[in-house]
Amino acid sequence: MKEGIGERIFTLLNTLFLAVFGFLALYPFIYTLSISLSTPGEAYRSGLHLYPREVSFEAYKMIIGNPDMVFGYMNTIFRTVVGTVLTLLMTCLCAYPLSRKYMPYRRGITLFIVFTMLFSGGVVPTYLLIKGVGLLDSRWVYIWPVLITGFNVIIVKSFFEQLPDSYSEAAKIDGAGEFRILFGVYIPLSKPVLATVGLWTAVMHWNMWFDAMIYITDENKQVMQTFLRRIVIDNSVELADKGFVGGGIESLASDTIKAATVIITVLPMLIVYPFAQKYFVKGIQLGGVKE
Amino acid sequence: MKKLSDSPFRKNQELFLMLAPCLLLVFVFLYIPMGGLIVAFKDFRLSLGILDSPWNGVDTFKKLFSSSDFPLALRNTIIISGLRLTVGFVAPIFFAILLNEVRLKWFGRSVQTLTYLPYLFSWVVLGGIFQMLLAESGPINSLLISLGGQAIPFLTDDVWFVITLVVTAIWQTAGYTAVIYLAALAGIDPGLYEAADIDGAGRFRKIIHVTLPMLRPTIIVLFVLQIGYILNAGFDQIYNLYNPSVYDVADVVDTYVLRRLLTMDFSLATAAGLFKSVVGFMMVMFANKLARRWQGGGSGLW
Repeated sequence: MKEGIGERIFTLLNTLFLAVFGFLALYPFIYTLSISLSTPGEAYRSGLHLYPREVSFEAYKMIIGNPDMVFGYMNTIFRTVVGTVLTLLMTCLCAYPLSRKYMPYRRGITLFIVFTMLFSGGVVPTYLLIKGVGLLDSRWVYIWPVLITGFNVIIVKSFFEQLPDSYSEAAKIDGAGEFRILFGVYIPLSKPVLATVGLWTAVMHWNMWFDAMIYITDENKQVMQTFLRRIVIDNSVELADKGFVGGGIESLASDTIKAATVIITVLPMLIVYPFAQKYFVKGIQLGGVKE
Repeated sequence: MKKLSDSPFRKNQELFLMLAPCLLLVFVFLYIPMGGLIVAFKDFRLSLGILDSPWNGVDTFKKLFSSSDFPLALRNTIIISGLRLTVGFVAPIFFAILLNEVRLKWFGRSVQTLTYLPYLFSWVVLGGIFQMLLAESGPINSLLISLGGQAIPFLTDDVWFVITLVVTAIWQTAGYTAVIYLAALAGIDPGLYEAADIDGAGRFRKIIHVTLPMLRPTIIVLFVLQIGYILNAGFDQIYNLYNPSVYDVADVVDTYVLRRLLTMDFSLATAAGLFKSVVGFMMVMFANKLARRWQGGGSGLW
């Protein structure tokens, strides 16, 4: 195939442009990592900070010993693990009956769930409800309200629907009940879709901060994101009082602490991402199938 | 007489048993708050509770729209959201097409992997990073200065703040959205490109006459979904980036609702939230109708 000069220029520019775009996507993280590993003086230097010229682990040492951070991390791990496991379980339990063609009121019940994707009571009525059911200041407020989402149910339901009926029919002839069919046949066959839903749910839990901010006042029940928010966004004075931002050029030293806190927060995701990437991409395609 | 065991509930009791806990959760955490929206039509007092607070009709809405801050928040929401819906919508399409033209597989995949990454992080994380990057003494400004320019007040000037919002939103989501388009492009029959080759079409002509038309259904679906979010200006992003010097352009419906919640103006906050939910719902319905028409009598989204 012949390539004209115009096409060659296009290929060159395109590659260049995409390389720049890829770098721009990564640069903020490189910068943050570099600052987190810098001495305060190095962090103060103006420049792009692609790598730290003077390395220091001081910032990490200060944060990792902080009790608020430890509680935050534990609570985040709690909500991510428990929330994801329960979401997967309940989503399957919900999607399976709705995927059965002989299920009575199937369309009505599906609509009941789908409608919650289109309309919601909003922040205040939800807050009043949470208060009413006594979940304020309880770690379970991280779990129950976000357990079932219409989107997850629809994705798993569509996946169950396209599995051939012969599987469940064969199991029924063997005398299996619906629970046995779901747990023994359907769930094992649905590993890819469940991995995708599970990953997205875990990411959502890891990132949630708004619920912690408005429902939780007890310091020991806060999550990592709210701890991070206090350090990087509010730049809290209390932390400075606790001797957290100490020594020399104060506000500048705090930049290394901010950066280190960001890195500690995103580290698990950065580690998992390369292995899980195919499921993230697949998830998008599953979402597309639905439409 | 019909036997009890013939009733649809009895016959499928296992299925209903499976479904029950899920329906209970949906009812309690999603439907009861919808009922709680009546707070918008009441003079709500915390001590009286939702049911015993006196009704006050649409007084709260009158108060809302005659106040100075809500109409401003609404205007800001529409401006920010409108920019995201136009500039922010075109960017990933453009990006996906460029990615699709890459011949080196590993290179395309690497770019995709990198640009997808920001989508996974919360705006607390990203807000923290951008506050450092875009600070007056941050690396972006020091680069600008060393190139002979002036420092730009990205986060403290009204206009620059809105630009920052739109650009960082694109930065976060373009890679992710591009993957959706690329999935659609992967399904294109190579025969179409071969036919175009025979017709002597160059790369640009193929993009315009083959790639873009094939993306049309995906573009429509995503556009429709976006329209439903017209009153979501990106609360997480704004709340983690803004500061008092840009409140005039950065106060949006969601930040207004949160502020009213924190000052315990429950009725005002609920009314603003209800307004947002209703508009969002109507926009989705309207957009779905549009999608049906654009797809030439197709089925729309559902």
